[in-house]
Amino acid sequence: MAEEKTRTLAIICSKGSLDMAYPGLVLANAARMLGLEVKLFFTFWGMDIITKSKVDHLKVTPVGNPAMHMPNLVGVIPGTTDLATAMMKKSLEKIDMPPVAEFLEMIHDAGAEIYACRMAADMMNLDREDLVDEVDDIVGAMEFLEMTEGAQMLFI
Amino acid sequence: MSTVAELKEKLNVELDAEGFLVNPNDWTPEIAQILAKEEGIEELTDRHWQVINFVREYFKEHGEPPTLRAITKRSGVPTKELYQLFPKGPAKKVARIAGLGKPKGCI
Repeated sequence: MAEEKTRTLAIICSKGSLDMAYPGLVLANAARMLGLEVKLFFTFWGMDIITKSKVDHLKVTPVGNPAMHMPNLVGVIPGTTDLATAMMKKSLEKIDMPPVAEFLEMIHDAGAEIYACRMAADMMNLDREDLVDEVDDIVGAMEFLEMTEGAQMLFI
Repeated sequence: MSTVAELKEKLNVELDAEGFLVNPNDWTPEIAQILAKEEGIEELTDRHWQVINFVREYFKEHGEPPTLRAITKRSGVPTKELYQLFPKGPAKKVARIAGLGKPKGCI
């Protein structure tokens, strides 16, 4: 049987709120479960997802988030962000979605490659040791584009 | 690799268009061996069976297949090993060899 070329999915994660962290992680995991090659590139606010000091403290904020179906004025009441975050974490656990740190470990063990953006790391003064262990390398945008040649690309 | 029609004849069970068992109760360990070969797994080791048996038990209990996360958390076979045992897409391979339908979950 002829060797089939493996489909590759490249995912760029540019947002660091809790609700925007999951789409990339879920798709990466689903792709690996199906046998696709997966490479993730974390940049700008997406760096929070792979930063040790931030990964367990991502939040979902109701302000300016039309999906929350809540007036912005309510969102500014102290504690609303924490409440929304706690509710979302509870809902995620109920459908067997792991917390973000565990999710990163899971997709990395599953063979997904995880890269941090060099420019964002420089901008935010982040070194390798500031990032979670699952990060394979800190690379530039050109390098990432080179290693994902021919891949299907998602920007989140 | 056999076609679904050839497999149907060989196994004498009902299969869907993608070669998954239609009725999980038709499953036997012998069928698992044959389907594993179809999926490119030459021999099912004890570790493969640990996963398959967990999945079968879980299905019996819950009426639905476990997520891969549930498998890696509770079967005693961690993620890395699961991907080595069932390379190139464990979700469909595990479900097919264990005689369950094509998985529909996201995790």
